[in-house]
Amino acid sequence: MIKFSKLATKEQEPVVEGFFHREFHRHPPAYTPRYKSSVVRSPKLALVSIPNSLSELTGPVFGHGILGDDDNDLTVNYADAGMRPALGERIIVHGRVLDERDKGVPGVLVEIWQANAGGRYRHFKDGYLAPLDESFGGFGRTVTDAEGGYEFRTVRPGPYPWPNGINDWRPSHIHFSLFGAGLAQRLITQMYFEGDPLIPHCPIVNSIPEPSLVDSLVARLDLANTVPMDARAYRFDIVLRGRRSSQFENRS
Amino acid sequence: MAIRSRVLHETPSQTAGPFVHIGCTPNRIGLAYAYRGQDLGERLFDNGVPGQRIVVEGCVFDGIGTPVKDGMVEIWQADHKGLFNSPQDRRGQSSLGFSGWGRQATDPETGEFSFRTIKPGETPFVDGRMQAPFISFWIVARGVNLGLHTRMYFPDEAERNRQDPVLSKLEHACRIQTLIASCVSDNHYRFDIRLQGEGETVFFDV
Ligand SMILES: [Fe+3]
Repeated sequence: MIKFSKLATKEQEPVVEGFFHREFHRHPPAYTPRYKSSVVRSPKLALVSIPNSLSELTGPVFGHGILGDDDNDLTVNYADAGMRPALGERIIVHGRVLDERDKGVPGVLVEIWQANAGGRYRHFKDGYLAPLDESFGGFGRTVTDAEGGYEFRTVRPGPYPWPNGINDWRPSHIHFSLFGAGLAQRLITQMYFEGDPLIPHCPIVNSIPEPSLVDSLVARLDLANTVPMDARAYRFDIVLRGRRSSQFENRS
Repeated sequence: MAIRSRVLHETPSQTAGPFVHIGCTPNRIGLAYAYRGQDLGERLFDNGVPGQRIVVEGCVFDGIGTPVKDGMVEIWQADHKGLFNSPQDRRGQSSLGFSGWGRQATDPETGEFSFRTIKPGETPFVDGRMQAPFISFWIVARGVNLGLHTRMYFPDEAERNRQDPVLSKLEHACRIQTLIASCVSDNHYRFDIRLQGEGETVFFDV
């Protein structure tokens, strides 16, 4: 139990409670040799467990004020006015950011990045043969609404080959960075697409310890939210660490 | 009083990969005018903010001593009085114009990062004891499967470091050094992060 009673005034009764401990067995271990980059970048010594104090419980607040109109629309947010939108299969990626108590998390900064429809990133280190699309940057961001909801418009990224094994291909994927209410909720992950035959072959996917957990990273085709004659929808919900119960919430 | 329990489980992490900068620091890698020309976390404080100006630089190294040139480092810290820029810090309002949060891509040529910030004050540990001043770090990169948390403490705070509830509890006292920056010159600190091997930085499960 966390107490700040010495510091808080009566009206400002402390409400600061730690996050549920992280379930490491549900995450990739640091050392996953089939994903070769992890071999020299994985700590060998055990993590040191410390209880959450304010530095882990707090974090910057990202208001909707930081957002521009097109920040979450990758089909147009890189193209100059008057240019055609990005090439590729038009899709909507949407869902909710929840915590482990099944409550929507508002105000989460959600940043995504991805390859273009041909599988090429707009990055000076990506030399894949597939051409760049002059109308596609591959970055987008949004802040979740009061219910934890988010939405992006983009094009479906292409699979791409990468230097790991001699013939490794990444399944189509979108990288997600999430910044919730506190530093301890910080998470980066990747979203895959339902039915992609490359998923079970990918060493990065397979860094996840149980195949059943991979399922939680696979977005589902969501015909109900498809926009006819425009874009197919995919649904992807994300779960961030939850907080242990707090007096404040019980009272309110 | 309802017991709130865990009914869902955190989404599994995946590596940030080599192109994290496209999403998080697009302007830094030449995607000019992304998000109207400003990357989040570029500045930690405005001019009028009180406190001691410091520079914190360093490099992330892999297990064979090679700089990690495709990483991203984020820092989070209290202001000069030890208050966090968060509504959840109910002890008081942190300095106006102090964000407390910084984010940088490691340099693509050298792997270096460099933050200009304010020296943080003391903040409370869970039991109310005060902690020595520190800056929280979070590191991601290609090959890092789950973001790594660590802390940077100050070399000129030997006495408070000695009494710090986290540092003093570390099982291997020899590893404390990996959490303490070195002094380059006045107000200029260096904090190298070693992901693996000799001098491996202490990383925390928070
Ligand atoms: Fe990728």
